[in-house]
Amino acid sequence: MLYFTRWKAAAIILTALVVCLCAVPNFLPTATVDAWPKWAQRHVVLGLDLQGGSHLLLEVDTKAVRKEMLEALRDDVRRVLRDARIGYTGLVVRGNSVEARIREGGNSGQAREKLATLSQPLGGILSAAGQRNVDITNDGNLYRLTLSEPAIVERVRQSVDQSIQIIERRVNELGTVEPLIQREGNDRIVVQVPGLQDPTRLKQLLGKTAKLDFRMVDSNVSPEQAQQGSLPPEDELLHGTGKESSQQYVIEKRVLVSGGDLTDAQPGFDPRTSEPIVSFRFNTSGARKFAEATQQNVGKPFAIVLDNEVISAPVIREPILGGSGQISGNFTVQSANDLAILLRAGALPAPLTIIEERTVGPGLGADSIARGKLSSYVGAAMVVFFMMVTYGLFGLFANIAVAINVAMIFGVLSLLNATLTLPGIAGIVLTVGIAVDSNVLIYERIREEVRGGRSAINAIDAGFKRALATILDSNITTFIAAAVLFYIGTGPVRGFAVTLGVGIITSLFTAFTLTRLIVAYWVRWQRPQRVPI
Amino acid sequence: MRLLRIVPDDTKFDFMRFRRISFPVSAIMSILAITLYFYHGLNFGIDFKGGLLIEVKTISGAPADLASMRSTLGGLGLGEVQLQQFGAPDDVLIRIGEQPGGDAAQQAAVTKVRGSLGKNLNYQRVEVVGPRVSGELLSYGVIGLMLAIFCILIYLWFRFEWQFALGAMIANVHDIVLTIGFMSITGIDFDLTSIAALLTILGYSLNDTVVIYDRIREMLRRYKKLPMPDLLNASVNQTLSRSVITHLTVRWRCFRCCCSEARRSTPSPLP
Repeated sequence: MLYFTRWKAAAIILTALVVCLCAVPNFLPTATVDAWPKWAQRHVVLGLDLQGGSHLLLEVDTKAVRKEMLEALRDDVRRVLRDARIGYTGLVVRGNSVEARIREGGNSGQAREKLATLSQPLGGILSAAGQRNVDITNDGNLYRLTLSEPAIVERVRQSVDQSIQIIERRVNELGTVEPLIQREGNDRIVVQVPGLQDPTRLKQLLGKTAKLDFRMVDSNVSPEQAQQGSLPPEDELLHGTGKESSQQYVIEKRVLVSGGDLTDAQPGFDPRTSEPIVSFRFNTSGARKFAEATQQNVGKPFAIVLDNEVISAPVIREPILGGSGQISGNFTVQSANDLAILLRAGALPAPLTIIEERTVGPGLGADSIARGKLSSYVGAAMVVFFMMVTYGLFGLFANIAVAINVAMIFGVLSLLNATLTLPGIAGIVLTVGIAVDSNVLIYERIREEVRGGRSAINAIDAGFKRALATILDSNITTFIAAAVLFYIGTGPVRGFAVTLGVGIITSLFTAFTLTRLIVAYWVRWQRPQRVPI
Repeated sequence: MRLLRIVPDDTKFDFMRFRRISFPVSAIMSILAITLYFYHGLNFGIDFKGGLLIEVKTISGAPADLASMRSTLGGLGLGEVQLQQFGAPDDVLIRIGEQPGGDAAQQAAVTKVRGSLGKNLNYQRVEVVGPRVSGELLSYGVIGLMLAIFCILIYLWFRFEWQFALGAMIANVHDIVLTIGFMSITGIDFDLTSIAALLTILGYSLNDTVVIYDRIREMLRRYKKLPMPDLLNASVNQTLSRSVITHLTVRWRCFRCCCSEARRSTPSPLP
């Protein structure tokens, strides 16, 4: 136990040294570290509870995704049946499927074949082989097309990917430092913005889907007539925004140009009224569609619809061929700016709901760091004192090993770019307790062996040998608890599990090697007759 | 140099003699704790119950006017609103229950609160947990606890006999049950950090148990004829000094953490 070959000793010291050096970037000013090569820059990331910032958990509205897919399927069915000149009635969305009753005559025999073109095999990792996105059944001439669950799940995942990109663009407009935007699970997104004090504006930006459409107002039907029930199927009844939310409009469902064709949107001021407006520009295809629409409808009102609300409904005075225009209507400077941001970033494919929010002000964060440091120092001081008083010289060895242990914990955390939270600091403090326990086990064993009559060196040897199996057992059980905690925990608690787990591994390393190494060298140097424990 | 010996070298304390008293006492305390849990309940924090937790501090440093804040917030129609001073007199903790209406309603509530409390407050901390997340955290927490107990049981079974494993589990679950009972009486917030604390207690508890088991196993091999109570006594006595020292060092560090974390109302791991 006390014999170390030169190679082994060198390897141990080298490993410990390298890992400890990895902790160095944490304690130097950022400017110095930034000058180093990328691989040397890995450092511990401070969690939001130490840095201050906002953590938002967003969830994709799966119901909205499902509804949109069903409506698109219904429109597809209508298109397919009309193109094949197959008569039908009762085309409707019911539950999770689209139903249609095929009329007898003409091409009705081909109905099955034509509708089958809408069902495609699902690719992707989530679906089993042979799964399709739409399942078609028929009961006589009542055909039912059902969306399969894997198809919906797949679409939700795609929405999450798209949303992440759009959120990134929106958040970047706020000019914040390195936000973290990640998928979590199948339908959730984590947004962490360090340093953000008041997430209200961020939440407003993320809460809006920002789907912009340009559609015609149907002047033939008045809102009152529509409310009484004579709303034509190709129109819908929408209301205005903000102050004009009581105003109703009858708008055609057909979209002339959509926000997807915008290349730019900027906030500005109306040259005549000095009101805040948003000016926009279309790409070529958008400009063409816009020109056509305005040419065909001079003198008629058209509506600018944002998320199913009418922002404004101006009358087309002349055809707009240049592909650019402005939106005005009850904007404040801030809301015009926000709308421009949303239009530039793009529309979210599905609405997002905020299901969890945790915001910490920077004052509290700095406070927590200070308290964490203080409690670590005081705790460490007490343990050091106690070990020296109880075990004398060997206590000193243990203290050295524990100090290196803590440095190694920081080193490993830095290598992993792990996040340090306040419970994480508590975890480090606790790990010191575990590390001390390992040493105490060894020393108490040595004391016992001495009492039992062994010579000094034999006692030390036997002490290490017998104690190490116990150290392994007890550390592994705590490690299992830490692993479970990592799996079930979120945020700060996960930080605790990480430091605890890492701490256990490093303390196993130091217990098995460093303490032994130090004692071995001391024994070789002093050749003691008695063990000074 | 005379070194400190907290526990004398040759203790021969007869632990086993007390087993006729200590077993029933432990059993009664466990039953008491379980009853407390069912009748008195635990003070679930927003992690498990959902709702809002807001910590505010006056910008000027003057003591916060709890009464006026309470009436302002009470008038918002958000249901039960709890306010308490948190550490210093200029620091207030506001707790609002989960709003009906799903996640959007929680967000609406936050906006209302921010709007109504005025500008001369610094928002130190805002935590909003919707019904989905709180349900999940609770089930994950409970599942996690059971999973940990199960995994450790399997591990102990490998290393020692199954009787030992079962004994260890009963002892350690007893520790957790008593801790839950304690939290029930004192009404300490029970949230995700508490589950972390319980798991840590489990780990530490097992630490002790494994050390003693190890010693028992060694003695069983060496002294095959020794009657069981004597053997167990000897094992515990021999490991006593180590156990005491470890507990002391851990307790000191926990106490330190407690003092600094007391303000944050998160329970630190109890030894």
